[in-house]
Amino acid sequence: MIPESEFENILAKKYMRTEIMPHAFCPGCGLGIIERIILMAFEELGWDEWEKTVFVSGIGCSGWVPLYFRRDAAHTLHGRALAFATALKASRPELNVIVIMGDGDSMGIGGNHLIHAARRNIGITAIIATNMLYSLTGGQMAPTTPEGARTQTTPYGSIEPNFDLMELLKAAGATYLARWTTYHFMQAKNSLKKAIKHKGFAAIEILFQCPTYAGRYILNKPDPRDMLQWFKENSVPLTVAKKKDPEELKGKILVGEFLHRTDRVEYTEKLKELEKRAKGG
Amino acid sequence: MYVEPGIHLMQGDEAIVEGSLIAGCRFFAGYPITPATEIAERMSRRMPQVGGVFMQMEDELASILAIIGASWAGKKAMTATSGPGYSLMQEGLGYAILTETPIVITDVQRGGPSTGLVTLPSQGDVMQARWGSHGDYGIIALAPSSAQDMFDLAIRAFNLSEEYRNPVVILADEVIAHVREPVKVPPLEEIEIVERRKPSVPPEEYIPYLPDPGEWVTPMPAFGEGYNMLVESVMHDEFGHRIGTDHVAAERTIKRVYYKIEKNVEKIAMYETELMEDAEIAVVSYGSTARTSLRAVREARKLGIKAGILRLITLWPFYDKIIEDIASQVRAIVVPEMNMGKIVREVERAAKGNAEVMSLPKVGGVLHHPDEVLSAIKKAAR
Repeated sequence: MIPESEFENILAKKYMRTEIMPHAFCPGCGLGIIERIILMAFEELGWDEWEKTVFVSGIGCSGWVPLYFRRDAAHTLHGRALAFATALKASRPELNVIVIMGDGDSMGIGGNHLIHAARRNIGITAIIATNMLYSLTGGQMAPTTPEGARTQTTPYGSIEPNFDLMELLKAAGATYLARWTTYHFMQAKNSLKKAIKHKGFAAIEILFQCPTYAGRYILNKPDPRDMLQWFKENSVPLTVAKKKDPEELKGKILVGEFLHRTDRVEYTEKLKELEKRAKGG
Repeated sequence: MYVEPGIHLMQGDEAIVEGSLIAGCRFFAGYPITPATEIAERMSRRMPQVGGVFMQMEDELASILAIIGASWAGKKAMTATSGPGYSLMQEGLGYAILTETPIVITDVQRGGPSTGLVTLPSQGDVMQARWGSHGDYGIIALAPSSAQDMFDLAIRAFNLSEEYRNPVVILADEVIAHVREPVKVPPLEEIEIVERRKPSVPPEEYIPYLPDPGEWVTPMPAFGEGYNMLVESVMHDEFGHRIGTDHVAAERTIKRVYYKIEKNVEKIAMYETELMEDAEIAVVSYGSTARTSLRAVREARKLGIKAGILRLITLWPFYDKIIEDIASQVRAIVVPEMNMGKIVREVERAAKGNAEVMSLPKVGGVLHHPDEVLSAIKKAAR
């Protein structure tokens, strides 16, 4: 346990369960940056928003992220965070329900819940931490692993194309979508603030460096700094991407705010209307 | 808001809904499945009328996680399903057990394995109800035998789930779910309702999984009440913190979620007996099979055979003592079940060799004929 006095970081002191730290992430892991993005967003949104926020996560490295926050948190089952969160939001619409999932957690085992949460447009903020493989189990192929990449279960290179989360959720009915990387720290924080205030299903995908597995197996960059540099060099803002032809964008990470719709009514608002109808009002 | 006190003609699936609402159920999540669909249908109509939430989820994996989420939002919550859905729910069931989340699951049993006999009754899930999710834990399972039981046991199930902070399974079957018969609804003030205990100490003094001396469970705050709960699916200590490889803390947690049910069997167990006073042959039965068995026992009495019946209402935790008592009284125990012989193993174990135990299995999706049970009684009496 790290003594309280050594937690000079104001965010940690203010928001985190310092008594259970240090955290379990590998040295150089980007999940710490994602924690900081979340806490910075709340630092700007204010304490009142923080006080009405609860967290839900699934299983995988990313599932540990909210457990260090001094808030109600459910560390649910692999893939099932959104099912728990959906009922939580439906029962207590006044709460900010933030769900943190990994790419395998959300798009692999939890894919069905993901598309249905988006279809319902329930007012949940989903943070999807993408590292392009399953890391807690030691670096196996995920639905986000680039085709051709070598992992512990694709020793000859993956023959499966990867999901594009933004396109998937756009089609499913989400109403706020953004993608950034841990390199795009401030942009991610700004999008997250918007997502938390958004009425409807909001998802932010944050690509983060997993130097231990993705760095070594997929990118040949075991140094986390090299991975951040790679994020910087390989990402293209949507505004720039629009002016480029598809060939130029091959293998690039499109970043930016993908969608912000206000024309779909949020699920719990509809629930309230339904209750009125059922009671004959 | 609630069904009026008095006698109503109700289907089992309807009675369980009305009982649940009176028990305080305010969240239902489910997925359509025969023969439990009527429960979801009636819930969808009734739940918003009482200010609750009904949700049709994308599958049963989501349904059970949803009721766990609703329970942590402070609501009493239930789902209903049948065999295939119940198999999927074993995953979430384990989560509810380890996080000590009160929920009620109704499994309207149909014939298995697999998709099986969709529209026909079975009692094939009784062992799954005890051991279906991985690991060690205690579970409460109740077996209704009538539409009246569906109403009464729904209330009992919610009360037990709140008292022990544990999932409670109502093991109905297709016959009981679809039977339409009179159900007596007592006046509300005569119905005992157990409300969730909330912490009486401030958050900084609250230890989420350390019960007070003499208690088996802790009071349970809802999300958003300032207690900063960790609802942890990984093995945790009394604070809800992950414990990694601390086998001593793990043993404490596992033994508590096991013994809080098993050691309270006398308080939880419900059963009924009929014609047992001077019985030499006992029929031990449950669910819809108990109806057939009762008829057979009465027929046997007409023939001069001293037969009686023990109807188990609580299947889990298994009440060894009642079987032990009966075994020391009768010569033989007949156990008719709509499966290949499951609860009979428990009966045999608890009888400790003091009476002959005869299994009377029945599979294929049809109730025992009373004559089948009667011939078994006759055989036992010879």
